[in-house]
Amino acid sequence: MDGTNAALQQRPPLIAPVALVTVVPDVKDNRPVNLDIGSMRLPITAWASITHRASGVFLFAAMAFLIWALDMSLRSPESFAALQDILTSPVARLILLVIMAALIYHSLAGVRHLVMDFGIGESLEGGTFSARLVIVLSIVLTLLAGLWIW
Amino acid sequence: MDMVTAVTSLGRNGLADWLIQRVTGVILLAYFLFIAWAIAGGVDYPSWKALFEQTWVKVFSLMALLSLAAHAWIGLWAVLTDYLTERLMGSTGNFLRITSQLVIALGIFIYVVLGVQILWGY
Repeated sequence: MDGTNAALQQRPPLIAPVALVTVVPDVKDNRPVNLDIGSMRLPITAWASITHRASGVFLFAAMAFLIWALDMSLRSPESFAALQDILTSPVARLILLVIMAALIYHSLAGVRHLVMDFGIGESLEGGTFSARLVIVLSIVLTLLAGLWIW
Repeated sequence: MDMVTAVTSLGRNGLADWLIQRVTGVILLAYFLFIAWAIAGGVDYPSWKALFEQTWVKVFSLMALLSLAAHAWIGLWAVLTDYLTERLMGSTGNFLRITSQLVIALGIFIYVVLGVQILWGY
């Protein structure tokens, strides 16, 4: 740096020397951060992402129900019959359908990520299209699952 | 990223977590499709029990169970480190996040133990 300054002093600078020695502040630590999601209009891709997260959190809790059901189904012929009986009630079927909807949505949104990891559909248009596709396909498959459960 | 956040990530490294999340996701999807296929035609107790008596089904189920454990840890880590943070709520954020992670770790452990018990216990 001393050498540069010496050179600048020997002949008229083309630009003001101050421009060469301006100290760039460390902006990393004081950059504004805005994660106040409520203040933004969320695009479809953001809804797809939030729903993927929410369905994942829900599925972790729902796993208690599924593991309980697996236990009932394998323990004995009596518990298998009891489980079948429980699953005939509309409330149990509704719970099952909500879990199915979460599984279907979370799976499709996961596949969307995998496809993007291979570099397909990473553009703004591609992301918007696949977010819509995942939502529509989930609704269709959930309706089919509902028909199958009832 | 603060230290407490870094040490609670499964792979201690974002790329490792990214890869584990995808591999376990594919295993879980395969298992989900397998179960859907098995149930689709309708099952009675003898056929359902016979299915789960096969070694490969037990192994596949355990694989899905362990995948679930890793997948849930990484996914919930991502959610918690975004919303329960020191930046958003001061040291309360760290306390709530670590407490939540302890509860989640306990939940995952219970799921794995119950799953193994169901697969090999009956």
